[in-house]
Amino acid sequence: MINFIWLFFLIVGIAYAGINGRVETVTQSAISGAETAVTLAFKLLGVMCLWLGIMKIAEKAGLIRIFAWILGPIIRLLFPGVPKGHPALGAIVMTVSANMLGLGNAATPFGIKAMQQLQELNPSRETATPAMCTLLALCTTGFTLVPATLIALRSAAGSVSPAEIVGVTVLTSLVATATALTADFLFRLVTGRRRG
Amino acid sequence: MVSWLQDISVWIIPATIFLIVLAGFLRRVPVYEAFVEGAAEGFHTTIRLLPFLVAMMVAINVFRFSGALDECIAVISPLLSRFGIPPELTPLAIMRSLSGSGSLGMVSELFNTYGPDSQVGRIASTILASTDTTFYVLTIYFGSVGIRNPRYSVLVGLTGDLAGFLAAIYICKTVFA
Repeated sequence: MINFIWLFFLIVGIAYAGINGRVETVTQSAISGAETAVTLAFKLLGVMCLWLGIMKIAEKAGLIRIFAWILGPIIRLLFPGVPKGHPALGAIVMTVSANMLGLGNAATPFGIKAMQQLQELNPSRETATPAMCTLLALCTTGFTLVPATLIALRSAAGSVSPAEIVGVTVLTSLVATATALTADFLFRLVTGRRRG
Repeated sequence: MVSWLQDISVWIIPATIFLIVLAGFLRRVPVYEAFVEGAAEGFHTTIRLLPFLVAMMVAINVFRFSGALDECIAVISPLLSRFGIPPELTPLAIMRSLSGSGSLGMVSELFNTYGPDSQVGRIASTILASTDTTFYVLTIYFGSVGIRNPRYSVLVGLTGDLAGFLAAIYICKTVFA
């Protein structure tokens, strides 16, 4: 799937530029894309170190286990393949909470940590498990209660009431997340593998 | 409304760090060493996902700046407007899944043209805030653990994006009628 999409983007992009006599844009945009990726990774590097450092303290203090224990039963409904009390549950809880509070910066490191812990339960190294797909469904729809960045953007654009979209955003997020989780559940049933 | 939201966003990170560090100290965790250990893991993980990120950004950039993306939008737009979807929002719907900075730029442009408090401005705000950039999240999360076969999760992410887009339009039209 991802192979096909990647190939599609490149082949169609290059062919389209070539047909329209703008083949030089391919070179530029490929190089600028590679540079953007490094810039993004560099920005991520700082927050990754910061939050995974803080999270290591939380882990060693036993906080993650407490988190997993309190909210685990709800999270476990979504992740039936993850054993009770597994540290991945704690990381998933932290990812979802950070997303809900609109802390995109912290949500990404937590989510990656959760992925790494789910990877430990993965029988094959390179294929995603159903639990990983569910986590991704939760994160791509990014359920948010406090869209702080957007409120700032709206006030900067001169909005009279920048926060008026908070209510509709929460509702929309809920619909998107519920749909993604339903789709994930159906795919999981169809593909049949319930393990992991 | 705005003031308490801002209070929350100002306090949440300092409070989280304060509580975790304090709890670590009380539980006799060597806090500094633990932090450095975690940070080192973060460093290695980020370096490991860089090739995945380069692959994805290059392909998306080529597709976007070659004009192929605009062509797709031009084809899809009239189809969607038949279902009551405003044509000025179609580009955003497609960009949202592909590029975070691209869709942020589009929303700023819509704010400039229509104003943030117009119906288009509100819907655009809601679309931007209620979903994340599927391809970015997918690349980062799976890249960090070396997963090369994401199975059906691309479809799941895009289904969520589509649902968010349609819900944003419907809910905004109902609430801000």
